[in-house]
Amino acid sequence: MIYTGNVIKYGDNIDTDVIIPARYLNTSDPDELARHCMEDLDREFVKKVRQGDILVGGYNFGCGSSREHAPIAIKASGISCVIAKSFARIFYRNSINIGLAIVECPECVDETKEGDKLKVDLENGSIINYSNGKTYKITAFPEFIQDIIKSGGLMNYIGSRK
Amino acid sequence: MGMTMTQKILARASGLESVSPGMLISAKVDMVLGNDITAPVAIKEFEKIGAEKVFDTEKIALVPDHFTPNKDIKSAEQVKLMRDFARKTGIKHFFEIGQMGVEHALLPELGLVTAGDLVIGADSHTCTYGALGAFSTGVGSTDMAAAMVTGEVWLKVPEAIKFNLIGKPSEWVSGKDIILHIIGLIGVDGALYKSMEFTGEGLEFLSMDDRFTIANMAIEAGAKNGIFEVDDETLKYISEHSSKPYEVFKADSDAEYVREITIDISRIKPTVALPHLPENTKTVDELDDIAIDQVVIGSCTNGRIEDMRIAAKVLAGRKVHNNVRCIIIPATQNVWKQCLKEGLFDIFIDAGCAISTPTCGPCLGGHMGILAEGERAVATTNRNFVGRMGHAKSEVYLASPAVAAASAVTGKISSPESLMD
Repeated sequence: MIYTGNVIKYGDNIDTDVIIPARYLNTSDPDELARHCMEDLDREFVKKVRQGDILVGGYNFGCGSSREHAPIAIKASGISCVIAKSFARIFYRNSINIGLAIVECPECVDETKEGDKLKVDLENGSIINYSNGKTYKITAFPEFIQDIIKSGGLMNYIGSRK
Repeated sequence: MGMTMTQKILARASGLESVSPGMLISAKVDMVLGNDITAPVAIKEFEKIGAEKVFDTEKIALVPDHFTPNKDIKSAEQVKLMRDFARKTGIKHFFEIGQMGVEHALLPELGLVTAGDLVIGADSHTCTYGALGAFSTGVGSTDMAAAMVTGEVWLKVPEAIKFNLIGKPSEWVSGKDIILHIIGLIGVDGALYKSMEFTGEGLEFLSMDDRFTIANMAIEAGAKNGIFEVDDETLKYISEHSSKPYEVFKADSDAEYVREITIDISRIKPTVALPHLPENTKTVDELDDIAIDQVVIGSCTNGRIEDMRIAAKVLAGRKVHNNVRCIIIPATQNVWKQCLKEGLFDIFIDAGCAISTPTCGPCLGGHMGILAEGERAVATTNRNFVGRMGHAKSEVYLASPAVAAASAVTGKISSPESLMD
C-alpha cells in the first residue's frame, strides 16, 4: 500500500461538520458527498483536489460526529491518504472500516507544506517528502487492523470469516 | 492490576477475566443503535455482504430522529429504507413518528439500556448512556452493520481519566455548566481515546438528567466514553424505567488512571462555549453584551423534562425579546406529554416560544431553525462548529437551558440570576 500525491493542508480540529456539512447527509452517494467536501472550511478544495492527493491536518482530525459520510466524502474526492498529528477516534475507526488510509505523524505534519509531494508507504512504514528531502518513520497498524485493511474493509473481513 | 468501571464492563462483555489498556478485544454488544443518517449506510453495507438475518431482533434500535418528520424527499427515502429493513428482518425497536424521540433521550427512558450494558451506536453521542453505569460509545455505520450481523464489535481497551466531583452546585448551575467547564479545562481532545469516569461525593447533587448531559458531551472532549458510578439515584431511575437485568460495576481501589482531576462543582458558574469549539468556554459574567437572533432549547444533550422545567422557571411571566426566535424541542413524546401535563407549554407559548415535535433538527443544521449568514444562536445543544446550525458565517453559543432561556428574554447572552433581581 503505497500512496504518492501532492499535499493539501489544514490546521487542528478539522471537524466532521466542515468535512461534510449535515445539510448534505440526506444522501450517502459518495460522488454527491464529494462535491461538498470541505465546503464550509475551504470552497476551493473541490476545485483544487486531484486524484491521489494527500490531505494533511493537525491534532484531533475528524472530531465531532460519527458520520461515515466524512471519510467517504474525502475518499470519493480523490484523496488517497490522510496524515494528521492525531485523529478523533470514531473518524479513525470509520476510515479503517471503509478502507481510507490514515497515518499519524506529528513531525511530518509540522514540516510539510501545502503543495509538497509525498510518498506514503504503509508496508515498510515510511513517509518520504520529495519537496524537503526528508523521510519519516510511521508505526505499523496492529495485525488485526492490517487484516481488516487487507480484506478491503470491515464488512469484507467479516464476510470472509462467515 | 485493578480495573476501572469501563475496563470491567469490557472484560465482562469479551468473556475475559481481566483486560488492560491497549488490548484489542472483540466484545458482545447488548444494544446496537442507528439513526436516519447512519443506519441507511449500515443497511447497505449489511446487504452488500449478502447478510439476511440480524444477530438478535431485540438488541437493535433504529431511531429516525435527525431529519424527521422527514424534511424532504431524500430524507423520506432514507427513513423508508430503515422501516423496510426493520420489517424484513423483524427488528423490534424501530420507532415511528409518534413514538420516536431523540435517540439518546429515548433509549434510557424506555429502559432499553441499563447499568453494565455494552452499547454501540452509529451516533457520536451514544456515550450518553454512561450516566447509567453502562459502557456506551459512538461508532460508524460499518461498525453498526458488522454488529448487526455478528453481535460483536472490536474495541481497544481505553485508559481512563478520573473526575472526582465534590461540592454542591449553586442554584442555576446544571450538568451542562459542569461538562462545559470540564471541556474548557481539558480541551476538545483532552480525553482522546480515553474513558472519562465520574465519581465523588458531588454526585449526590446531580440528577439523572444532569448526568445524561455530562456523559453526552464526553465525546466533545474526544473521549471514547463517559461513565458514572452507580448510586441510589441511578438504581431508582433504572427501577422506574427498565425491566432488563442489570449489573453494577465499581472501579477497583487500585484501578489505574492516567490523570485524576478533582472538580469543586460548587465553584462553577453558568458557562458558555463560544464559537467555534466546545472548549472555548467563558462564564457568562465574563462576557460583554452579545446580541442574539435565536435560542434553541432541546437536543440529546438538554431536551429532557428537567431541562424543560428549568426553561419554564426562567420564562414564566416573561416575554421572549422582540429580536429573538425561541424554539423549544422536548426530546421525546413522554417529555412532551409531561410538559403538557405540568402546564409548561402554557408558559412557553405565553412567553412567545415555538414548540416543536421531537427532532434533532436544528442542532446539526438539519431543519426546524436554520441560521442565516451573520446570525447568532444560543443553544442547549452540543456542538458549535463552523456552519453547525446553518450558514458557514453563523454562530452557535452552547449553554444550559437556564442561560438559554434567560438569553431569550434579554436578547443577549445572560445569566438567569440577572433576571431575578
